[in-house]
Amino acid sequence: MIELRNVSKWFGDFQVLNDCSTKVAKGEVVVVCGPSGSGKSTLIKCVNGLEPFQKGSIEVDGTSVGAKDTNLPELRSHIGMVFQNFELFPHIKVIGNITLAQLKVLQRDEKQAGEKAHALLERVGLLDQADKYPAQLSGGQQQRVAIARALAMDPIAMLFDEPTSALDPEMINEVLDVMVELANDGMTMMVVTHEMGFARKVADRVIFMDEGRIEEDCTKDDFFGTPRGARAQVFLSKILQH
Amino acid sequence: MLGNFDWKVVTDNIPFLWQGMQITLLLTVIAILGGIFLGTLLALSRLSGFKPLSFVAGTYVNFFRSMPLILVIFWFYFLVPLLLGRPVGGFYSVLIAFVLFEAAYYCEIIRAGIQSVREGQVHSGQALGFTYAQNMRYIVLPQAFRNMIPILLTQAIILFQDTSLVYVVGVKDFLVSADLIANRENRVLEMFTIAAAVYFVLCLSGSLFIKRLQRNYVQ
Repeated sequence: MIELRNVSKWFGDFQVLNDCSTKVAKGEVVVVCGPSGSGKSTLIKCVNGLEPFQKGSIEVDGTSVGAKDTNLPELRSHIGMVFQNFELFPHIKVIGNITLAQLKVLQRDEKQAGEKAHALLERVGLLDQADKYPAQLSGGQQQRVAIARALAMDPIAMLFDEPTSALDPEMINEVLDVMVELANDGMTMMVVTHEMGFARKVADRVIFMDEGRIEEDCTKDDFFGTPRGARAQVFLSKILQH
Repeated sequence: MLGNFDWKVVTDNIPFLWQGMQITLLLTVIAILGGIFLGTLLALSRLSGFKPLSFVAGTYVNFFRSMPLILVIFWFYFLVPLLLGRPVGGFYSVLIAFVLFEAAYYCEIIRAGIQSVREGQVHSGQALGFTYAQNMRYIVLPQAFRNMIPILLTQAIILFQDTSLVYVVGVKDFLVSADLIANRENRVLEMFTIAAAVYFVLCLSGSLFIKRLQRNYVQ
């Protein structure tokens, strides 16, 4: 489904991604973790072409992301993405946030788009918030709307970029619950997160990144059992201490 | 001193002054709308990754911002008929001059407005599959213009005052109308005092309105 081959990326002289290769199969849930600045957010943004990369190749569902002749908007419309800061459109109501791309990108009619939006709002437990503006919602609610907005496009895979990092602790679970449900429904997911509880529960594989390199890429059991690299062990011992 | 003022000359000429005010307002409104439209295109060009386009737009903006408005008005008054090969009248030549001149200033306001929209919003629109044009139209520009409303209105008030410069080519706006009456009736002091009062009241109300708008925005 998603395949990265030897991806490298530089910001000026600074190399943020160094020869990264991995695969995400259909229906697989892959968690990407690592210390801040390790390049994990940059990596996931390369997958749908939000960040350009200079070397290597990325294929999503057989389409090359980096190729000049690729219709990126077309490709992105099939890949859902959820951001750390939610990024709902503040000038549009919740319902409009979920219907806009359905109408303008997928050319669905008002009725279809509205029905889809309502069904998804119900699924994330926010049907009663449809006519509010994003700023009137809590962070957890906004992130659930953002997930609904991405799902409305019927994506073939979902990318999550630290979806719970900007949330107050008491709101993290309501978002993780939606994500767990999604994983259990068989969605292909690539998730950048520090939530190791989530990784233990639903991840098939865990990727550990450090200084722009993929240091570990193994099954969940291997990762939490005996990670092979010293850096991953240090990282785990730090975040699992409490 | 004010006791010697003959206010009758003002009241008698209200219809004539109103005609002049209509020209002033028409000029202001068209210059704002035209300036914002052209300014938006210029701003998008300046921000474009396509270097020749951003260079041309940048040159345009820098050129007009380095010219005195009064010179531009004069210049177009003589240039436009020459280019078209026929006289177009003062009104149309100043209209073109104002739109082209204001566009340079609006461009810089709008460019700052577009840059005030967070990158995350742009990414979020892109991730949903919006094209560049769709992302601008539905996501970026609506937010940019909301952020810009106070400064766009402030620019509109400045523009409203600047339209009085059409005096130099004799377009019969509010000030020129007042001037014509002043000379005809030999009542210079009355007419210029009332003209000043009208500009003052309109511009001050505009400024107060913007202040209130900004306060409501902050809340």
